[in-house]
Amino acid sequence: MQQNFTNQEYAKYVQKKSPNSPIIRNIIIAFIVGGLICVVGQVVSNFFKARGLSTEQVAGATAIIMIFLGAFFTGLDLYDSLAKYAGAGTIVPITGFANAIVSPAMEFKSEGYVLGVGAKMFVIAGPVLVYGIIASIAAGITFFIIGIK
Amino acid sequence: MEFIRAFIVGGSICAIGQILIDKTKLTPARILVLFVILGVFLTAIGLYEPLVKYGGAGATVPIPGFGYALAKGAMKGVKENGLLGAFTGGITGTAGGIAAAVFFGYIIALVFNPKGK
Repeated sequence: MQQNFTNQEYAKYVQKKSPNSPIIRNIIIAFIVGGLICVVGQVVSNFFKARGLSTEQVAGATAIIMIFLGAFFTGLDLYDSLAKYAGAGTIVPITGFANAIVSPAMEFKSEGYVLGVGAKMFVIAGPVLVYGIIASIAAGITFFIIGIK
Repeated sequence: MEFIRAFIVGGSICAIGQILIDKTKLTPARILVLFVILGVFLTAIGLYEPLVKYGGAGATVPIPGFGYALAKGAMKGVKENGLLGAFTGGITGTAGGIAAAVFFGYIIALVFNPKGK
């Protein structure tokens, strides 16, 4: 066997050799689990709507509950067990955002409460906030310049 | 039936994320960043709002929905406060979620310990 593969050739070689079939299965599981988490969100949202909250209040309250649930089930070590199978189905919903905060924060507790828990909470959530907030300000400035409605 | 619509829309968004994980070298963190920017962008050009109208929580619970809330807040901010609103609107619109993420994230990390992997 030749040893002088370039990186690209090697990547192609690995891709050819690695099994292709689990991808469809992964996508279906992600669809089902992600869909079910959204159904939970819809139940929570309907609950607040029924209590007479405004559209914005419903959105805020639902986000808070879903984030709590994501964080809580991460604490119980149930969320990560599910994530092993569900992949993007658990990563993409807002509960996965909470999971991305709690998981590293717990993991690095031994490094202290400031640079351990306090800092590691934002290893993944930080970039999401950075880019999300920058994008929203850019959108706002664009709307200010071109004028809305 | 709104639960079925939420299931289909939310499931589809997650399925797209899974395709990106499997078919590209994108890490989950990059996909989250990509999705939040996409949510802001699609909201700004008016394409995400119809998805929210149709899919409800199916569109707002996945992370592009966070981008949607940011962009919607920024647009509302500009309407009410001009340029200042472009800066304050996004975080105002997502304040509950961000505060909850920090608060519950910290408390849960404090109370629970990681299980042996």
